[in-house]
Amino acid sequence: MATSTAIKEIRFKGIPASPGISIGPAYIFHKHTPSVYVRSLDQTEIDKEIERLQKARERSQYELQKIFQFADQRLGPEQAKIFEAQLLLLEDDYLFTTIIDRIRKEKKNADFLVRDEIEKYYRIMTGAKDEYARERADDLQDVCNRILRNLEEQKLPSKLDGSYVIISHHLAAADALLFSRNDVLGYVTELGGATSHMALLARALKIPLVVGVHQISTIAQSNDVVIIDGSNGLVVLNPTQETLEYFEKQKADYEQFTQRLAKLRKEPAETLDERRVQLSANIELLEELDFVKQQGADGIGLYRTESFLLGREVFPSEDEQYENYNRIAEAMYPKQVIIRTFDIGGDKFMAQGVKENNPFLGWRGIRVMLDKPQIFLDQLRAILRASVKHNLAIMFPMVTSIKEVQLAKQLLAQAKDDLRQKGLPYDEKIQIGVMIEVPAAAAITDHLAKEVQFLSIGTNDLIQYLLAVDRGNEIVADLFQEFHPAVVRSLQYIIRRGKENQVWVGMCGQMAGNPLAAMLLIGLGLDEFSVVPTVLPEIKKIIRSIHYSEAQRIAEQALQMRSEDEIKTYLTTVMKQKFPDIPLS
Amino acid sequence: MIQREVTIRNKAGLHTRPAAAIVKLAAKFKSDFYIEKDDMEINGKSIIGVMTLAAEQGSKLLLKFDGVDEEEACKAMVDLFERGFDEPM
Repeated sequence: MATSTAIKEIRFKGIPASPGISIGPAYIFHKHTPSVYVRSLDQTEIDKEIERLQKARERSQYELQKIFQFADQRLGPEQAKIFEAQLLLLEDDYLFTTIIDRIRKEKKNADFLVRDEIEKYYRIMTGAKDEYARERADDLQDVCNRILRNLEEQKLPSKLDGSYVIISHHLAAADALLFSRNDVLGYVTELGGATSHMALLARALKIPLVVGVHQISTIAQSNDVVIIDGSNGLVVLNPTQETLEYFEKQKADYEQFTQRLAKLRKEPAETLDERRVQLSANIELLEELDFVKQQGADGIGLYRTESFLLGREVFPSEDEQYENYNRIAEAMYPKQVIIRTFDIGGDKFMAQGVKENNPFLGWRGIRVMLDKPQIFLDQLRAILRASVKHNLAIMFPMVTSIKEVQLAKQLLAQAKDDLRQKGLPYDEKIQIGVMIEVPAAAAITDHLAKEVQFLSIGTNDLIQYLLAVDRGNEIVADLFQEFHPAVVRSLQYIIRRGKENQVWVGMCGQMAGNPLAAMLLIGLGLDEFSVVPTVLPEIKKIIRSIHYSEAQRIAEQALQMRSEDEIKTYLTTVMKQKFPDIPLS
Repeated sequence: MIQREVTIRNKAGLHTRPAAAIVKLAAKFKSDFYIEKDDMEINGKSIIGVMTLAAEQGSKLLLKFDGVDEEEACKAMVDLFERGFDEPM
């Protein structure tokens, strides 16, 4: 392009979907649609072809699980569900058996047969009257393209050099999520509404998004200068000097608030009357460590080791785990990293071949690990070996009895013995803790506290079990209440009993990262907040702007109240007075 | 082989969650399981097939079971449909 006439400012009006202003070069993203050819196979190639298909299926599952997990962590379980249908499609054994049978019989390549089989269903779905079915057709097409791309062994096109405003006809949430690992300045799409998954996602990632911008992906060219104003739904292509200056000023104003927050990075998380709390981050991927450090975390309050198991058939070896834990320990040193042992089962992968009517009340967390002592020992030894710098701690999930803690401690002692015999160094005094995420554990907080050095409240499960509400069930989603009086009272009970027994009490559930809950939790005496890295500065600002004594009064007030509505209204009123600039969800 | 006609009772129709529930239940039985709707017949053990039905509330489906445990399979599956997949009706 780049004829002199093309350089003309063009303004597009779209729908504002995620706030913020960015200025930078455009990157026009055209989705890769694999071209598929028919090829006949020799008899000798057939087994290899089937293997290639299986690999592509596994790789696709792995990618989607990663995306699902990333979404779950960034956006919560409700939003992550949008990827569930696609995961289910990949689990369809009937579909894959049919394809494999056809490879054998027809001696054709997998690419052709994958598309041929899936297209049958796709045609029916796109022909449906019902909008829901047509949406599923999109999922189907996405899955099909994913498998085809993996058959070609192409990597996802999500690595960009430099920072861009991504412009596309259509972006699936999954595409956006992967791009977000780069330094994305903004997203502009032709399709989509302000309430789409994509919009929720961009807001969660704090990246400006304007949707419904007609034809922009055909008019704009990669590397054109673009201004995106996500607050007003405006996109300017090839802006004049004057326009640029105007938006640069706007951008600076907008960023002041976020910068004020960022300035807190090196400040301690302490109240005006100098009560210091630990403000840590929850992570599940090593890639997040840089961001965690940038956000000024006091440590890692929860490392979810399950992410290790994604897309695997077997548990990782002790050595492989050691490498991983060691990298985190070194990256965060001298700050503390709490490693949670595998928390599998429930809604989390890898309870292979186990069908349970009620997985949330079934074989999960520490229950699985105690039944698989060899796997548990591998993990414990790996953590111990990585603990030589004395900055690791171990946390057990889903504990409901003292016996479980004692058994886990016996295994830990055995793991230490093993290392001692091999002459390998480790931290003899490594701290151990348990998660309080089941009402039974809450009720015996004092007993548990005598067995460990710390407690960490997992609010997502605690609330679900306490209120008997499945957090993934849309029908009862309203009943999942972080501020239910039963929840607030339980928190008070756990924190108090913990302190009476000289252990510190933290929280690593979503509630710890909810700005509305922060004052209440400080007031209840919580010692540690472990939150998703994005909200760290906001929570720190709240902590640093309040007296502990005042927070205690707020907590006392809330404890008197009889409904979630009452508590939320009260906390919202106080928040709005004290922190008018912090957005509440 | 046995057949039974069922009606979709829940409000939201045969969307992802019910489809997953059907496939999961079908997997517990040895019998083959097919679902017929209008002129289309799909394998009830395949989520992609079940999703394709796009059956709305009120639509009628024919369930077909064939195998050693067809009776039990039929009973369990009809029950799941009659409960409206435990969703609002």
